[in-house]
Amino acid sequence: MNDHTEPAAVRARGIVKSFGTGDTKVTVLNGIDLDIYLGEMLLLVGESGGGKTTLLSAIAGILDIDEGDIDVLGVPLSELPAGKRTTFRGQTMGFVYQQFNLLPTLTAVENVAVPLLIQKIGRTEALRRARVMLDRVGLGDRAEFLPKNLSGGQQQRVAIARALVNEPRLLICDEPTAALDGPNGQKIMEILREVGRSPSRSVIVVTHDSRIFHFGDRMAHLTDGRIVSIEPITREGTA
Amino acid sequence: MNYIALKMLFGDRAKYLMLLCGLTFAVMLIVQQGSIFWGLMIWSQSSISNINVPIWVTDPGIAQVDEVKPIAGTAVDRVRSVPGVEWAVPLFKGLLRARLSNGEYHQITLAGLESSSLIGRPAEVLEGRFEDILQPDAVALDQWAVERMGGPDIIKVGTIFELNDKLARVVAIAKTQKSFTNIPVVYTTYERAIHYMPAERRTLSYVLAKAKDGVPVEEVTRRIHEQTGLGAFTADEFGWKTIGWVLKNTGIGINFGTTILLGFIVGMAISGQTFYLFTVENLRQFGALKAMGASTFTLARMILLQAFTVGLTGYGVGIGLATVFGYLTARGGGLPFVETWQLLLLVLVGLLAICTFSALISIVKLARLEPAIVFR
Ligand SMILES: Nc1ncnc2c1ncn2[C@@H]1O[C@H](COP(=O)(O)OP(=O)(O)O)[C@@H](O)[C@H]1O
Ligand SMILES: [Mg+2]
Repeated sequence: MNDHTEPAAVRARGIVKSFGTGDTKVTVLNGIDLDIYLGEMLLLVGESGGGKTTLLSAIAGILDIDEGDIDVLGVPLSELPAGKRTTFRGQTMGFVYQQFNLLPTLTAVENVAVPLLIQKIGRTEALRRARVMLDRVGLGDRAEFLPKNLSGGQQQRVAIARALVNEPRLLICDEPTAALDGPNGQKIMEILREVGRSPSRSVIVVTHDSRIFHFGDRMAHLTDGRIVSIEPITREGTA
Repeated sequence: MNYIALKMLFGDRAKYLMLLCGLTFAVMLIVQQGSIFWGLMIWSQSSISNINVPIWVTDPGIAQVDEVKPIAGTAVDRVRSVPGVEWAVPLFKGLLRARLSNGEYHQITLAGLESSSLIGRPAEVLEGRFEDILQPDAVALDQWAVERMGGPDIIKVGTIFELNDKLARVVAIAKTQKSFTNIPVVYTTYERAIHYMPAERRTLSYVLAKAKDGVPVEEVTRRIHEQTGLGAFTADEFGWKTIGWVLKNTGIGINFGTTILLGFIVGMAISGQTFYLFTVENLRQFGALKAMGASTFTLARMILLQAFTVGLTGYGVGIGLATVFGYLTARGGGLPFVETWQLLLLVLVGLLAICTFSALISIVKLARLEPAIVFR
């Protein structure tokens, strides 16, 4: 897995990002180089406040960077005008957040259908596909539940279904297990690995939860604004 | 996305009801006050609409219809000689006190109509025959006279009372539009009206006229004014003149204007603020939508749909409530309540302005929203 010959799904070079100006200026990302490949699940780890979320936002194209280049699926983000970037993001990326960010007044299946509705897919078709996706995360029987009637783990599974319903090439997860207890966190990672990971998709998971490290294929360490190491993860029970 | 927008709106029941109540209240208040205001304005020109002739001629300095300024008796002939005038007749109007047989006194307006044509007579007669006022000592009353002077037991066809110590016998009761001052009207012939009045007040009040077919009424009023030096007004002009006078000389305009403005401001404040809160509370959700590829334009459309949905619902409910109120209060003629389509249209425009304003503050907030907040 070390020598990737195919082009990277995400190719970041020399990313610099600071917040604030003058005395209060903090350089959060200070020359990030990172490739993420199709078919892999990359864990991004590092201390809290180290800039992991900032890097994810930059890759997602929802945060402008000061320096550097980011290509997603061969498309340089900086060359896309804002409107196109939004559309591009909707078509190619799915997101899973620490706070599940479900719409509270929509049922589980409706929440999952939202990305399709944004893509102007008809409601019947969108709900049908959403139902299939909910089945795949094991919540087929909870389709008509409102988020408030689901447990945290179940809500996060709805969020994963929502992130995947569009068949995105890039699945971006920011501390998806941080709001959950141990067993629920494990379950979420299992689902991300079984359902989310696919040969035509990159999955990037930010975490600092060592109990779930073994779910990844590679692990990148972010320290002092740089990626200081990237290494493959040896999975327990696999040779 | 419309579906999602509506589910977001209806799903937050408390906020939705709060918004709906605010807007309904504003619409109801404005429609109700506006209708009463317009009803009062219509009352203020009852003396014009009850007489129902196209042209009014009187002293050029007249301010409003219920003011009576004496003009020279020759005015009728002078108006008749103006080209384009089909007919012109005198109208006497004056205030007198009626003395009933039970000893009560009531202030009345005496209206004297030209006896050969009875031009200016009310269109609808409730009891008796209006033409009978041609009989000796005969007068007709409007239904408000019956109400004000003691009710149908005391005032009916055949009742005899005194006007300035002279006998008056009721031969008919006519239906008229209630007037602003609510002073009962006693109709009789011009000659007898003059006869009832004290000598020093036996003067002509108005000349009523009509333009010949094919001659514009505005043109004829202009000619009458130029040739006679008198004030000549179309019924519409005279009506607006009267409304203008009422607005300027009574607190009605300011009072109703203030209430209506308050309704507008309160409606705008409540709905603007509730709507803004609604948006702010859903900011993460909107951020998530943005991250999922929804454009600011899409979000703006969602917000507008939400605002207009609750707005139009409030419009319907508010108008419904105001109409029921109007029906209940205006039924007995006690309160003027005239709901016009112009008012409803105006309120609709105002309401859409409130909704657009409310939506706009939220849209500005969302346009500035960084989708990156969803990661926080
Ligand atoms: N929008 C922002 N404005 C100012 N500072 C920010 C902003 N976003 C992040 N930061 C700062 O950047 C640093 C990195 O934050 P973040 O990327 O969230 O770290 P992590 O996800 O690794 O915990 C923190 O010090 C944070 O305070
Ligand atoms: Mg973070």
